[in-house]
Amino acid sequence: MSDLQNLYQQIILDHAKARHGAATQALDSIDDIGMPDGTYLGQSHQINTTCGDDVTLRVVVLIDRPTPEQMVIFDSLPFEISGDDPRLPQLIPYINQVQWSGDGCSISMASASVLHDLVTGLPVAEARQLIDTFRDVLRSRGKIEPDEEVLGDAAAFGGVSRYPARVKCAMLPWVALEAALNEAQSL
Amino acid sequence: MTPFPSPTSPPPRSALALTDVEVERIRNDFPVLSQRVNGHPLTYLDSGATSQNPISVMEAEQEYYEQRNAAVHRGAHSLAVIATESFELAREKVAAFVGAHTDEIVWTSNATEAINLIAYSFSNASLWLGGPAARRFRLGAGDEIVVTEGEHHANLIPWQQLALRTGATLRFIPVLDDGSLDLAAASEIVNAKTRVLAFTHASNVTGVINPVDDIVAIAKGVGAVTVLDACQTVPHLPVNVAALGVDFAVFSGHKMLGPTGVGALYGRSELLQAMPPFLTGGSMITTVSMEAAEFLAPPQRFEAGTQRISQAIALAAAVDYLTETGMGRIAAWEAELGQRLVAGLAEIPGVRVLGPGVGVERLGLAAVDVAGVHAHDVGQFLDDAGIAVRVGHHCAQPLHKRLGVTASTRASAYLYTTTQEIDLFLATLAEVRPFFGVTDAASSNSIGGK
Repeated sequence: MSDLQNLYQQIILDHAKARHGAATQALDSIDDIGMPDGTYLGQSHQINTTCGDDVTLRVVVLIDRPTPEQMVIFDSLPFEISGDDPRLPQLIPYINQVQWSGDGCSISMASASVLHDLVTGLPVAEARQLIDTFRDVLRSRGKIEPDEEVLGDAAAFGGVSRYPARVKCAMLPWVALEAALNEAQSL
Repeated sequence: MTPFPSPTSPPPRSALALTDVEVERIRNDFPVLSQRVNGHPLTYLDSGATSQNPISVMEAEQEYYEQRNAAVHRGAHSLAVIATESFELAREKVAAFVGAHTDEIVWTSNATEAINLIAYSFSNASLWLGGPAARRFRLGAGDEIVVTEGEHHANLIPWQQLALRTGATLRFIPVLDDGSLDLAAASEIVNAKTRVLAFTHASNVTGVINPVDDIVAIAKGVGAVTVLDACQTVPHLPVNVAALGVDFAVFSGHKMLGPTGVGALYGRSELLQAMPPFLTGGSMITTVSMEAAEFLAPPQRFEAGTQRISQAIALAAAVDYLTETGMGRIAAWEAELGQRLVAGLAEIPGVRVLGPGVGVERLGLAAVDVAGVHAHDVGQFLDDAGIAVRVGHHCAQPLHKRLGVTASTRASAYLYTTTQEIDLFLATLAEVRPFFGVTDAASSNSIGGK
């Protein structure tokens, strides 16, 4: 595999087109969105100043599976909430929903898509660990071999770490997730 | 290098332009060009961002530090005298290169600083500094500053900020779909309230060369001060600021074979004389008390603190190199390269050139939108083949927005660029969409962008 093919692995090109979790239009401000008790919303807009690429990422944090009463309120809000899915965690803060919008290169768009798949349904603490692991791999300049068991599709971004100019592209949505979680948890 | 005689009357373009053989010889003067990048010979097509340096420029800077380094315009020892003479000779050469009087050239760090110098001098005058002579630079509510939609951020933001500080209103002349200025609108927008008209000589994105005569005529009609951003023209075309009739012009050393850290402001003598200083401190004063200071005449009035001496001297060496090669011949060569670029780009499916099409005058550069592939990915693909281009908004976000894109990929040539390099760029660019699996212009097939 050439360096370029290693950078642009098929998984990345596929995610760049599929864009899992991408909103159909740009995400608005969340200031006016009232959340039910015990549920939290965070949003972050990140810009790569080198190229102007941007990602807005919204995260809904719940501390238990939504109750029927909460679901009624959620139905009126501009995002979908996973209902009583037995795979969802109970009694710990977890990410129920990730939604994003953005404009950028294939690396940043694919990274947001992969992030969506990986962290939806994940306890917040685990998502934070994942962000740290992903960041360590990307900043390693190719020295850390990504663990597919841990990173799943995000392991495909290992090749990006050899291109320092592109690390920001891949990190953009993950930085947005970190900031959005901080906002959600500070509420 | 061998000096080329400058023709007395312009022969047809093909005869005027540099030849392939001459360009190959020129390339030998630029060591950086002979390296390999990512396993390929470097194809440097980013001179619009920064140019490479010939050996003579680097030697001039080194020779200064080895033989003549001293503080200029202070100290009476022999070395200081030699350093001052070299520094002022550099000013003389650069002034002559752009058709200015020597004392009309002020050294700055770069063109951005030069524009800020003008804007802050206006700002200071608006605070009633500079006395009655500076009255013409005072701005306030009701006054208007006009720029164009095609400006580099360096010729936009300083004016936005000046408007905010003074209460003046910022307006702009729109850009048309082909990248040219809407001159009909300009005649409406520029009015009796217009005090400053700042515009670029040529666009760093579209390569459009603006009709300076027409714009200056509009400005003069209302008595507005004109500021010309000549960053993309002084390195590439013969430019005579006096003949253009502008009040101020700015350009950057590193885009014209010179080192980084030096640029220049041209100001009509009468205006510089009347303008209050921007930066203040040592080297720009006559007498100083604890309460006040008297300032030197221009250009020293605008050169506070220790100057970029070695860079100015190296820039003069760059000017020598350009003059010996012949600006007319360089311009003709780059015009050919520019046409070769747009003609080739027009043949590549899914590639849109921002700005004028084939056959229309342009600089030796072209920025493109590749349908379905983000500029960063295009640039990465080209870099893998050793081709260095600029990707992004090129410090011109409003212009990109006007042309319907957020980012583009720009190839820009200079006197050392060969036709083979242009052809390699075109051939490699044609492989981009197939590599990323984008086979038609449908956005559903896109791997980048919105």
